[in-house]
Amino acid sequence: MATVTLPKGNPRTKLLVTLVVALALPVILFGAVLVLATIAKPEPVAVFVREVLHHDPATWPFTGLVYGVAAGLLTFMILNFGAVVAAVTIWWEMRVSSRMQSRIGYNRVGAGGFFQWIADAVKLLLKEDLIPADADQLLFRAAPYFVFAGFGLIFVALPFGESVIAADLNVGIFYVTAVTALVVVGILLAGWSSNSKWALFGGMRSAAQVISYEIPAGLAVMVPILMAGTLSMQGIIRAQGAWPWQWFVFTNPAALVAFVIFFIAQLAESNRPPFDLPEAESELVAGYLAEYTAFRYAIFFLVEFGNVWIMSAIAVTLFFGGWQVPGVAAEAYEAARGAGALPAPAWWGLQVASMAVFFVKTFLVMNLVIWIRWTFPRIRVDQMMNLCWKYLVPGAFATFVATLLWQILVARVPVASTVSGVVLFVGALVALVQMLRLAKQNVEAGGDQVDLSNW
Amino acid sequence: MRSNAGKLVAWGVAVALVAAFAAYMTTQVIRPAAEASPLPTPGALTLPDIVFYVLAALTVAGAAGVALSRNILYSALGLLTALLGAGGLYVFLSADFVAITQLLIYIGGVLVLVLFAVMLTSRITDVKVSNASFGPFGGVLLFVAVAPVLLAVALLTPWAAREPGPLAPTTAAIGNAFLTRWLLPFEVASMVLLATLIGAVVIARKELKAD
Repeated sequence: MATVTLPKGNPRTKLLVTLVVALALPVILFGAVLVLATIAKPEPVAVFVREVLHHDPATWPFTGLVYGVAAGLLTFMILNFGAVVAAVTIWWEMRVSSRMQSRIGYNRVGAGGFFQWIADAVKLLLKEDLIPADADQLLFRAAPYFVFAGFGLIFVALPFGESVIAADLNVGIFYVTAVTALVVVGILLAGWSSNSKWALFGGMRSAAQVISYEIPAGLAVMVPILMAGTLSMQGIIRAQGAWPWQWFVFTNPAALVAFVIFFIAQLAESNRPPFDLPEAESELVAGYLAEYTAFRYAIFFLVEFGNVWIMSAIAVTLFFGGWQVPGVAAEAYEAARGAGALPAPAWWGLQVASMAVFFVKTFLVMNLVIWIRWTFPRIRVDQMMNLCWKYLVPGAFATFVATLLWQILVARVPVASTVSGVVLFVGALVALVQMLRLAKQNVEAGGDQVDLSNW
Repeated sequence: MRSNAGKLVAWGVAVALVAAFAAYMTTQVIRPAAEASPLPTPGALTLPDIVFYVLAALTVAGAAGVALSRNILYSALGLLTALLGAGGLYVFLSADFVAITQLLIYIGGVLVLVLFAVMLTSRITDVKVSNASFGPFGGVLLFVAVAPVLLAVALLTPWAAREPGPLAPTTAAIGNAFLTRWLLPFEVASMVLLATLIGAVVIARKELKAD
């Protein structure tokens, strides 16, 4: 009879350490991003040089250097944020999936297995970096860099809060769509340079999938752009209201359809199940990653799970009102800022509130992505193409035209958007309640009961 | 034997034509232009200058990679570098929308399609199958023919020196221009693209029927 070895150490201490780290991580990461994104701008840097270093910022030759250091720190913290968010997403996904499949899942490293991602990362870093003998050495090594560059560049235009964004580009959403292409290039190069048929098939499938689904995704993105009249991420959020019935997804019936199209297309573009044909384990070993080991393998996985956060954040930005805090008008931020060089405490409070709202919304969408992964079977290649070209592309064109007409209607009858917002929001609430009720019913019909205790 | 003689004559005529063309361009166009335009006086090297030179070097290096590498996948990679550099130059000219469009269309679309097509080709492992060469003689001929034209363009164009200004949003202005002043060219371009799309579908369908 096999003996079960239980983890050593005091479970109470373990729980305490886990809780401290789990609470400190978001505080450190979000706090650093908030502070650095506020400081790494020309005016605060000038103030810092004048007040603290006692130099005239206009003539002092190293003002640019100080600014560069601040911007570099911000970049560093945002990349760390991306890495940690990807890692914690893996942990969360594994916990959720094990719940859904009636198994235990991660539970050894830290309470609830929370530190498993650190253990996995260390393990992957220490493994041998293998390059197949017949692989194209240069491209095989270079492919993960492309993937990571595409991932990191997205964070430039990704909002965190009201004023918390690395750069509010006025072509923001367009930029995000464009740099994603680097990830595809990386995946294609990985598939080709591995010199393995599994990897090549994976790369080909990935290219076919991403090229196809970019069209419905791009067209669906046009809907919020049309409604907001701007390409800037912050501009799109500001064009929406804070309350759910003021979100783009509800104020325009076509936008609801556009969101569904966008969401499916994003799932396909980030190779998430049920669209994980490029790395289908049962057919292609691991697709384009089949020959990768150690750190390079880790980078591919980091990007894949980090993309879950990114796609959720973009969906929240475009359709769910972003960081808008209910009850706080756009002018309130300006008013709270005060006249000083550095913003007043009330402003920081508002920023934290806006970041919290954005985080909660993104987390909920992320959960949806995770649920979909563990409930739907993988679709076939022909089904994948059919879905895109026969349903999503025509549907996206229809929502595009419908939005044009809707905008004309709203210009004539402004109350239309409010009516639509309230009606669709109530409908969504009813659907949610009905879903929960049905889930409970199904669980009870099987002689089971809803149990949330065993974490 | 006879075909060889014909070939020789053709080559001879071509060489003579190209030499005459090069001589004409050099004496009549390039030298007067070079004498007319004085060299600009170099100023101090500022940060924007350095950024510009880095971007330009990236573009040129990428273009050289496209032309010189034997493997078509390395050519594609060179193309990526060149397009990224060109995108950077657009940003430098405060043309944000054009820069991102460049990235989206050429890297997200064209380059990925090129890579995709490469993967679908048979004999993919054979490196020599790609990038056929003209041979040194043809290459020199082509160079001699093209260089004077490019030089003439470079020297005759009144280049406007432009200080890199602040990034101003251009998207709305481009949209307005497309739908008012340049509506007809815009629509014609759309028609051409639509025709291309339909043509591609027709060609693809034929192949399927043959199966």
